[in-house]
Amino acid sequence: MTETKQPIIQIRNVSKRFGKVTAVDNISLDILAGEFFVLLGPSGCGKTTLLRMIAGFEMPTEGQIIIDGQDMSLVPPNKRPVNMVFQSYAVFPHMNVMDNVGYGLRIAGVAKGEIRDRVTEALELVKLGGFEDRMPDQMSGGQRQRVALARSLVMRPKVLLLDEPLSALDAKLRAQMQFELSDLQDKVGITFVTVTHDQDEALSMASRVAVINKGEVAQLAAPSDLYEYPANRFVADFVGSVNIFEGKLTLDEPDKAAVDCPGLGKVYLNHGVTGPHGADVWVALRPEKIYLHVPGEGKAIRAAAQDAPDGHNLARGTIKGMSYLGDITLYEIQLEGGQMIRVSRPNLSRHDQEDFTWDDKVSMHWRADSPVVLLS
Amino acid sequence: MAFFRSAPIAPLEYTRKFWMRGWVALTMLFLYAPLLVLMIFSFNDSKRNVVWKGFTLKYYEKALNNDSLVEALVNSLTIAFLATIISLVIGALAAVMLWRFRFPFKGLVEGTMSLPIIVPEICLGVAFLIFFAKVEWPTDLVWPLNLSAITIAHITFCFPFVAMVVRARLASFNKEEEEAAKDLGATEWQAFRDVLLPHIKPGLVAGALLAFTLSLDDFVITFFTSGPDTITFPVKVYSMVRFSVTPEVNAASTLLILLTVVLTFIALKLQGVKGIAETH
Repeated sequence: MTETKQPIIQIRNVSKRFGKVTAVDNISLDILAGEFFVLLGPSGCGKTTLLRMIAGFEMPTEGQIIIDGQDMSLVPPNKRPVNMVFQSYAVFPHMNVMDNVGYGLRIAGVAKGEIRDRVTEALELVKLGGFEDRMPDQMSGGQRQRVALARSLVMRPKVLLLDEPLSALDAKLRAQMQFELSDLQDKVGITFVTVTHDQDEALSMASRVAVINKGEVAQLAAPSDLYEYPANRFVADFVGSVNIFEGKLTLDEPDKAAVDCPGLGKVYLNHGVTGPHGADVWVALRPEKIYLHVPGEGKAIRAAAQDAPDGHNLARGTIKGMSYLGDITLYEIQLEGGQMIRVSRPNLSRHDQEDFTWDDKVSMHWRADSPVVLLS
Repeated sequence: MAFFRSAPIAPLEYTRKFWMRGWVALTMLFLYAPLLVLMIFSFNDSKRNVVWKGFTLKYYEKALNNDSLVEALVNSLTIAFLATIISLVIGALAAVMLWRFRFPFKGLVEGTMSLPIIVPEICLGVAFLIFFAKVEWPTDLVWPLNLSAITIAHITFCFPFVAMVVRARLASFNKEEEEAAKDLGATEWQAFRDVLLPHIKPGLVAGALLAFTLSLDDFVITFFTSGPDTITFPVKVYSMVRFSVTPEVNAASTLLILLTVVLTFIALKLQGVKGIAETH
């Protein structure tokens, strides 16, 4: 990956309204040259509209999009230095692979011999060498997507836009394509901007992710930061699985903080959260960051006491549901206060899933660096 | 039980059921028996055309030497050709317009456009008669301009059919394909030519076939808009039949049937039957 940190796309206060509906609400963000940028959000959040505005198929109601230093306000899609891979792939059904991939070059007036060479090269890149004479209806969905990919890459765009590139593929192929896309991006060094609603896709491929909610950027961060340091409840909940409890901030110093959650108990953190004392906050705790203990609490208390004051970061409950997923087992536990909490446990040995079962009383503890305090 | 069947008939194997085959045969007979009779009797060596007297080709010779009949045929083909071309252009454009844009009174425009399909032909015919008389449409022009009134009338009822077929075809178009073309650098026109046009091509061929055959065999409207010098084939045949149905009429009709069958066959070959079937 090239280490240039110049913004290739600058989105400045862009809004898009369709009648009374605001699809994109005053978004500003920079996409850096050479990065794999992902717009992540639930359907209808405005992420696709944003992508289509970058491509030029929609015009911003307000604001400005600058690509490679040039204002795109009056530039039609066919004159922009970006290319798009569509969700339906939009491979031209009446042209063979050669003509599909060579279409843009033909329009640009490139000489026939060069078209042939560049198409062959692009097809090799997406592992479709030798498919030149195939018609689209003789190919699988995955292969058609590669054609669409090659058709865009052959244009050597500054930015490649991908609209839900993996949504139509089956699970196995999807996982494979995730790796291939990352790999491809490394190889060609083009900036990729992808839209997806699938958090796994975003986490595995992106160098940075913008989580979009209701037309606004909820958080922009690297994948691991997004997961481990979500900025608000929406991001915590949308990216991965999480338990969220309401509470009051009772202690907030540079090196420690505590939150009193009626539903969960006293939560202790080994870092400050810079929130006003006594404020209503939320504690987010990921299922995999909670340790389960067999009934009899001595062990749990001792474990929790290692990095938290007495009586903190502990909870008790009853197992109400479990699902064995092979690699992990997921438990639904009813806390003493009545609220449910989700805990996942890796099956480190082949008998681990037999340790707990329905209606077992269990104790839980978590480490002081596991919970995240959310102010909104 | 089994006469000649080797395997039992599955519930959906309709074509292997005896009564179903019989029904199909009856339907075919009902549809084509009159045409077959017409064709067979075109070879009949008899003036009155009722009893089979023997095989002859002389009525074909006679029909082809009948100058006014040949002239009517040439007129018909010319009108059909012109009406088809113009209907194709107008119909396709109308379909694309209705498919792509939203504008006030769109429903009204759409409804009005298909009116010529619904309105009884006799009303259209009378309407055209009055209209061309009122505007004093010149009738003494040289060939083929003297066919303009009939051609205009034919376009009126042909282009809605083209528009309908093309519109149906457009419904299955993936707009992302057009966007992809533009994304790759194509202008509006290039995207239309390279992506949209190939998609609607089967619709255009089907529409052209419809328009051509509709125009070629139209009698009612043509009857009201044709003058003494602009007789078309159906009108001529009608006037011949008024005296007597001679094998000459049969021969001419057989030639016309042959012509349309050949044209349809060529069109299907050009397009591929699959393409035509896809439009529906």
